[in-house]
Amino acid sequence: MDTLNYINNGHGLASWLLTKDHKRIALLYLVSITFFFFLGGLFAFMIRLELLTPAGDVLTAENYNKMFTMHGVVMVFFFLIPSIPAVLGNFLIPIMIGAKDLAFPRLNLISWYIYVLGGIFTLVAALSGGVDTGWTFYTPYSTAAANSHVITAALGVFITGFSSILTGLNFIVTIHRMRAPGLTWFRLPLFVWAHYATSLVMILGTPVIAITVLLVAAERVLHMGIFDPALGGDPVLFQHLFWFYSHPAVYIMILPAMGVISEIVQAFARKNVFGYSFIAFSSLAIAIIGFLVWGHHIFVAGQSVYAGMLFSIISYIVAVPSAIKVFNWTATIYRGSISLDSPMLYAFGFLGLFTIGGLTGLFLAAMGLDIHMHDTYFVVAHFHYIMVGGAIMGYLGGLHYWWPKITGKLYSEPAAKLAAGLVFIGFNLTFFPQFLVGYLGMPRRYHMYPPEFQVFNVMSTLGATILSVGYLLPMFYFVHSIFRGKPSPADPWGAKGLEWEVPSPPPTENFAVTPIVTHGTHQYAPSKEVGVV
Amino acid sequence: MSDGYPQAPSVGLPGRVSIQAPGNPHDEQSSAHPHHPKLQHHFDDMGQQAEASTLGMWVFLVTEIMFFGGLFLAYLVYRTQNPMAFQEASAHLSWKLGAFNTAVLIFSSLTMALAVRSAQTSESRGTQVFWLVTTMILGATFLGVKVIEYSEKFAHNNVPGPNFVWDGQYPAGAEIFYSLYFCMTGLHALHMVIGLGIMTVIAIMAWRRQFNTEYFTPVEITGLYWHFVDIVWIFLFPLLYLIGRHYGGH
Repeated sequence: MDTLNYINNGHGLASWLLTKDHKRIALLYLVSITFFFFLGGLFAFMIRLELLTPAGDVLTAENYNKMFTMHGVVMVFFFLIPSIPAVLGNFLIPIMIGAKDLAFPRLNLISWYIYVLGGIFTLVAALSGGVDTGWTFYTPYSTAAANSHVITAALGVFITGFSSILTGLNFIVTIHRMRAPGLTWFRLPLFVWAHYATSLVMILGTPVIAITVLLVAAERVLHMGIFDPALGGDPVLFQHLFWFYSHPAVYIMILPAMGVISEIVQAFARKNVFGYSFIAFSSLAIAIIGFLVWGHHIFVAGQSVYAGMLFSIISYIVAVPSAIKVFNWTATIYRGSISLDSPMLYAFGFLGLFTIGGLTGLFLAAMGLDIHMHDTYFVVAHFHYIMVGGAIMGYLGGLHYWWPKITGKLYSEPAAKLAAGLVFIGFNLTFFPQFLVGYLGMPRRYHMYPPEFQVFNVMSTLGATILSVGYLLPMFYFVHSIFRGKPSPADPWGAKGLEWEVPSPPPTENFAVTPIVTHGTHQYAPSKEVGVV
Repeated sequence: MSDGYPQAPSVGLPGRVSIQAPGNPHDEQSSAHPHHPKLQHHFDDMGQQAEASTLGMWVFLVTEIMFFGGLFLAYLVYRTQNPMAFQEASAHLSWKLGAFNTAVLIFSSLTMALAVRSAQTSESRGTQVFWLVTTMILGATFLGVKVIEYSEKFAHNNVPGPNFVWDGQYPAGAEIFYSLYFCMTGLHALHMVIGLGIMTVIAIMAWRRQFNTEYFTPVEITGLYWHFVDIVWIFLFPLLYLIGRHYGGH
């Protein structure tokens, strides 16, 4: 009785591992990314367990260093960066623009294999003893001193970077060349705009980290003097090159989440987004200005004060387009007919947490204040509010929003609401105390701490426990929905957009006939066309 | 292609995205032409496919610029820190071999352009393959000269690492110069080798008469890549070989 769709069109392992269908590749990513998410979570849990007491009793200092390094490497490079683009972007961009597939389907599959290969390198590094340099691989420690598996882990990062580059390339070409007739730039969903901006960061930033990691490997293996001061090199140059990518990488994580939130907010407030072109252009502004702020990571590393002042000012400026988005989403919700379904709960969570994360970022962008807070738990709390409170909230919100489209099944809404609540409470309990303890002076990356900080750390570990339950719950009701869930109609939320006009799950070719678009794809009410193109 | 679509008339109710039945002008247009065997299923026509491929290669070249950019930045920083050492070290590179290789590469760009042209104008397969193979021979010549240069550096222990020997005034700076020299020219040579590999495939395809006016994108984007590799060398040559000329040297 089943109609033919992308899931039942072809069976067996080979039909999945050799597929060129962007929707199936998205699912391949979903599985592998989920694996790395829980692996990274396991490392995080070991960190929190150690920090439950002031003494270093669970892990040795060396093993603790390895835990936070592997947590950072796995979460940043193997979960956060690919998460929304590779899963949701891969699945949705072609459908949202009315295309049959991405421009380069084979390249898309190759990207996944590259990602897996990079992941294997990292797993080998983890299993054979781990890395202890921190996810930043700072020289000269990483090239001269560390005797852990730096090369293996660095190669993992290098390889998986190409997966990111090729995905970005594929998105850019697809968005330029594959849009359906009539789908002009200013009729595109904001999710697509966000991914276009993300792709720009991917293709411009990732090659720089690739060459940097390659130079670290050359210095470590061939003893070429590049960053090691003993050989005449300059370790601060490494930090410049590293952060030239790794700061924009934060925008690789957060921009797609912003795209997701733009979609969810419109669908569950049943309103046209407020200030479409402002949100669209603020994505581009973040992508571009985001390349000019990396120096705020090295205020205390010997950078010139004048350069520091400039980086500080630009870091303030990059907050403006983010704020524009937050205000526009709030204005979209204002007087909307709001339904509090689980994706919307995540969107609300995102709004609050991202705002806190963004505002505390301004504290750190202030040079004077940064001297006090540098390398404390305040920094840890700040970027977890962005990466977890922002990016993961967006990812989970998007996954809940499009799950009926992806699988064609409805999940248990009460369970999803419970999970969203647990994630929100657990997250705040984990990371808000870290702002306080960091401000009081607890440095990051130590496995011991003075007893007066214990109360904050106990709260943090308790929060992490709740958070992990919140993250595990969706595993159960999502998997349950695949086998027992009610079939989903094409548009279970009453949402707008091309992806809701095709069946759930979509057929392999997405559209039987190429759609002709005559208006903006997300019109919840009549309004004049935004922009003229 | 999509940028060239005519603006759809604003008919229909606001808020509606109309998925129209078959028979719209767009489909009639594409079904009027028989499907080209090289047209992949997800493209509407050969023009869209060709534009996607060329844009893809241009975007890839942008990433390549950023990739080499990190090395050029390192060069800039270290040359600013060690100006004299860089001149001294540069003077030990043979500018004659460098200049010869520059000429070889520029000439290979010409033959590559002619290869693209011959495919575009549906010349005989012999002509197409001739230009491709000439380009490959020039590329191989470049790499051969590079081998001579490298082996000379190995023979004099001028390769950075524990055994680095430098009898000039600035051994530390010279070692950094040669670290960059080997990284930059090595990475460039790797790109040349990859280019030769791609051109082998393209030449085989050309011999099988796959390229003509309707379909020559693979030759075109290979050409883009090859020209890019040439341009990188145009920057490497003066920065590495010519900065120590007034310092003496061979």
